[in-house]
Amino acid sequence: MTGSALAAVTWSDVFDFSDYGALLALVQNSLWAGALLGLVGGLVGVVVVARDLPFAVHGTAELSFAGGAGALLLGVDVVAGSLVGSVLAAVLFGVLGNRAREHNSAIGVLMPFGLGLGVLFLALYEGRAANKFGLLTGQIVAVDDPQLVSLAVIATVVLVALLVLWRPLLFASLDPEVAEARGVPVRLLSPVFMLLLGLSVAMSVQVVGALLVLALLVTPAAAALRVSASPYLVPVLSVVFAVVSVVGGTLLALGSSVPISPYVTTVSFLIYLGCRLVARLRRPPARAGAGAARAVGAA
Amino acid sequence: MSTPAGTPALRLRGAEMAYGGHRLWSGLDLDVAPGEFVAVLGANGAGKSSLLKVVLGRQALRAGTVEVAGRPARRGDRRIGYVPQQKGLDPATPLRARDFVRLGLDGHRWGPLLPSRRANHRVDDVLAAVGATGYADEPVGRLSGGEQQRLRVAQSVVGDPALLLADEPLLSLDPHHAGAVTALVDACRRRTGAAVLFVTHDVNPVLPYADRVLYLAGGRFRVGTPDEVMTSRTLSSLYGSPVEVLRSGGRVLVAGAAAPAEHPHAHEEVR
Repeated sequence: MTGSALAAVTWSDVFDFSDYGALLALVQNSLWAGALLGLVGGLVGVVVVARDLPFAVHGTAELSFAGGAGALLLGVDVVAGSLVGSVLAAVLFGVLGNRAREHNSAIGVLMPFGLGLGVLFLALYEGRAANKFGLLTGQIVAVDDPQLVSLAVIATVVLVALLVLWRPLLFASLDPEVAEARGVPVRLLSPVFMLLLGLSVAMSVQVVGALLVLALLVTPAAAALRVSASPYLVPVLSVVFAVVSVVGGTLLALGSSVPISPYVTTVSFLIYLGCRLVARLRRPPARAGAGAARAVGAA
Repeated sequence: MSTPAGTPALRLRGAEMAYGGHRLWSGLDLDVAPGEFVAVLGANGAGKSSLLKVVLGRQALRAGTVEVAGRPARRGDRRIGYVPQQKGLDPATPLRARDFVRLGLDGHRWGPLLPSRRANHRVDDVLAAVGATGYADEPVGRLSGGEQQRLRVAQSVVGDPALLLADEPLLSLDPHHAGAVTALVDACRRRTGAAVLFVTHDVNPVLPYADRVLYLAGGRFRVGTPDEVMTSRTLSSLYGSPVEVLRSGGRVLVAGAAAPAEHPHAHEEVR
């Protein structure tokens, strides 16, 4: 690659906002899908972080990708395919234990297998290349009406279930023994949450792609937890961060030839960096040092 | 609690526990009165934790009965408060100290966690009682092990239990914090009238507060006041080998087969 070839890729190739109004009308469905996804991802993310499950999210996403790729090859509905993949993964992980630590190696074994399977399906598929790429890195204009309806149905199921389960789920996530002693059905909640996680991942794969699901299901919650520990504020902030990432990323991607995912992940990452900075300013290093000294003293 | 006066907070009758083919204890009769503090001592593997699991309804007795405040032990009995071993909470836990304590009040209820004035009042009272008001609004995951353990005590009493179970709550705490947490449990049972079953392998922090001691060792047990049980004669006959109980400056040292109250069982098996 020579310097002149690089220079040929100019700013205007990446960004072109000349027909923005017309584009906006075309992607209305995608914006709605993104908002739904942000709402679900932001809430699910809080529990994912509390249960220490980011690795399980990644594993679920790869199997969801395999499911979607398989559906593409067979010519059946891609959403249904990725749902089957992620629900299967979530149930498998859920059966393997309550906490991430207990089954990280199992996820590490299943994840590359899922990814390999997906790549195989895509290699065999002879349709449009954009469809192939979309499952991994996300797509933007692809959300049609029936797809939006199916996303809305999944989102509603996940949101209602989360609202009902929220308090005992949080309790069981951070202190399973005490929660069980207080009558929380800890062993039931684990697979149920994994199922909800599977549904959320399948939704996210449609928009940001399998490789970058973490940007929606982990980063916003992790950012929120940097600036607050209030159980009321953290879910709200996490949802706001996730919605801003997806909708903002979509709007930026509109005038661009690059897929949607780099925009979403960049916005999401910048929010995270901002939150770290805010936390740093509010909690100067001296305070953090005192906290570390206390922790050592107690050990 | 709404239990008839005179009903023991915990009643065991002819209780027998076995693990695999190995009998841990048998013929255990024990009544713990409301407000009474019973320390459960003994070597690792003597069946201290199994006893707690039986009371929590997580494990069945091989024989005998167990009743909590007049009703057979069952899973998720909210008349029991439970203080587990100290384990550091994740710094990213989405709760402040006060929210963590509140889970002991209504954490089992379905639905979202919403602000509640009634819960707040109750939590404020308990936070003050354990001396945690100063860090009530701090992220719980950033507090020290000693502070977190105080909050666990608060969490276990906020629901006004009839029986408080403490499962090695002093593990990994330094002597200063271990003493403070035990004093806290004692103050809470005096305030609320909850009975306490306090499992520990560290004798000294609990002896000043224990009304009675249940000492488990080698398939046998002794119940009595600390002065009755913590003697060379009683423990020697319990272990079936010479044990010396030394007292110095208000501290008790168990030496010999049980030294330092660890693995006397292994010794017996080796012989």
